[in-house]
Amino acid sequence: MNDAALTLLSATGIAKRFGGVHALSDVSFTIRHGEIYGLIGPNGAGKTTLFNVLTGIYTRDQGAFLFDGEPLDDLKPNDVAKRGIARTFQNIRLFANLSALENVMIGRHVRTHAGVFGAIARNAATRAEEKAIARRAYELLEYVGVAERAHDLARHLPYGFQRRLEIARALATDPRLLALDEPVAGMNATETAALATLLRDIRRDGTTILLIEHDMKLVMGVCDRVLVLDYGKKIAEGSAADVRNDPAVIAAYLGGDIALDLKGASA
Amino acid sequence: MRLLFDRRKNPRLAWAGLAVMAAALIVLPFVLTSIGTAWVRITNLAILYCFLALGLNIVVGFAGLLDLGYIAFYAVGAYVYALLASPHFNIHLPFWIILPIGGAVACLFGVLLGTPTLKLRGDYLAIVTLGFGEIIRIFLNNLSLPVNITNGPQGIYLIDPFSIGSFSFAKTQTIAGLTATGPVKYYYLLLAALLVVIVINLRLQDSRIGRAWEAIREDEIAARAMGINTRNMKLLAFAMGASFGGVAGGMFSAIQGFISPESFILVESIMVLSMVVLGGMGNVFGVVLGALLLSFIPEVLRYTVGPAQEAVFGRTLIDPEVFRMLLFGFALVLMMLFRPAGLWPSALRKRELEARRQ
Repeated sequence: MNDAALTLLSATGIAKRFGGVHALSDVSFTIRHGEIYGLIGPNGAGKTTLFNVLTGIYTRDQGAFLFDGEPLDDLKPNDVAKRGIARTFQNIRLFANLSALENVMIGRHVRTHAGVFGAIARNAATRAEEKAIARRAYELLEYVGVAERAHDLARHLPYGFQRRLEIARALATDPRLLALDEPVAGMNATETAALATLLRDIRRDGTTILLIEHDMKLVMGVCDRVLVLDYGKKIAEGSAADVRNDPAVIAAYLGGDIALDLKGASA
Repeated sequence: MRLLFDRRKNPRLAWAGLAVMAAALIVLPFVLTSIGTAWVRITNLAILYCFLALGLNIVVGFAGLLDLGYIAFYAVGAYVYALLASPHFNIHLPFWIILPIGGAVACLFGVLLGTPTLKLRGDYLAIVTLGFGEIIRIFLNNLSLPVNITNGPQGIYLIDPFSIGSFSFAKTQTIAGLTATGPVKYYYLLLAALLVVIVINLRLQDSRIGRAWEAIREDEIAARAMGINTRNMKLLAFAMGASFGGVAGGMFSAIQGFISPESFILVESIMVLSMVVLGGMGNVFGVVLGALLLSFIPEVLRYTVGPAQEAVFGRTLIDPEVFRMLLFGFALVLMMLFRPAGLWPSALRKRELEARRQ
């Protein structure tokens, strides 16, 4: 199964420090094409840091990412998006004062081309592109189920819709890897179940998903494989069922000797 | 106003409205001439300020980058024109060559200012841009030694007016029974240029580029994560704003015939920014309204405040200039209290302000 052709993203030896804090140390993993890959761990384990390092918001201290066979080196967040990794944020970061539709249209920016002269001349190509952007944005809103509120401001949408809108905006960049940072945080059981369906749909339609989530039921339900971080280190990787029964994972979540040892080692 | 511009819902009314407006704008200079040629000049300057305010609107209104040194680009454009069309170096290039050069040079300065300030926002950016504006002015003041480039504080005079062949924009001419003075001819040229700038502004706003600017203003990190190259987009805003300033500066040079660093002081930058803010940041028509109000009201006051005091009190109690500033300050305070998003705000700005209040 470790065949390179099956691998979409591989990380080797990723490390990130903030002063004396080792937020990530020697984290390695691979994500295969077409899977939903979970990333779990207690609070402060380094999950979001890993996201930020992957998407170029932080620069890593060590290690390398290989995305679709090509290294992701010294890339800015916008370059990472262009390469095909789109993300959402733990604390929703929509363009709050723009409509839902405009939010998704902005997501199309990186896959469209009109420049200043196109914008000013409004030639046939630009007009066609604008139409295509709006059409695609509307399709995506329908896909995530926010189409009925397409013209409402993002900040007027209910919380669950905002989460979905953020996913639509990320999908608008035509990603091959969709990185979601706690997409069901604060949702009730019904909303969570609906989102699980959406995640499966996205995977079915060809986008690989990297999922940070605290909701174990969701993780166990949708993830093909799971990576567990604790104090910036990988403590387990494997199928959801395997990880759930891993003593190190149980110790990390419930506390115990192993977790205390890790704390001592990273300090 | 919206009704007038809504071509889809009410095409006949919209076209009729446009026709009336166009007719009024065409007749305007002749009406103004009958009051006094000075008013045509004032109108021309007002149009130039619209031009400037629309250029600054790209930087401040669209991309949300606070620029307190915008007048520097106006100065650059003005000096490029003055140096290439005056006896100072004895170069006399035609205006349709110099204006694009002035725009391009100003654009270069825009990038020059933009590059080191890319990571700055809000107050910090304002301070750096303010410094930049002063640097340009001080350079213009002092670039007379050891090689005389700008002629220092004395400025450059005898700047060529616009002319095509034997047709000069500065001379009075009688065409088809209508006597057109220099300012009247400039008026039509400026009006045409302003229309072009308005269309450019409107189209930019409603485009892929305009949306990217909106995204940067709303949330820069999210914009980057969505693949928007924030560096290029910000530089583009600075460059576009600056080149509008440069072209306006060239026109100013030609119309005035004389320029000196005096014309490009900090207060001018603040004035243009006030026009953008007062009118309604981000809304093209609001910005035009702001520029017109702030250009005309002081002039009207200049002609009324003094005489009114004479009539009532028999002497001038408050100097008109002082009164003008007093009223100006008062108007800005009132506006901040009652219409903080501007007289005619863009829908987006209004929403942003509401969101901040909640």
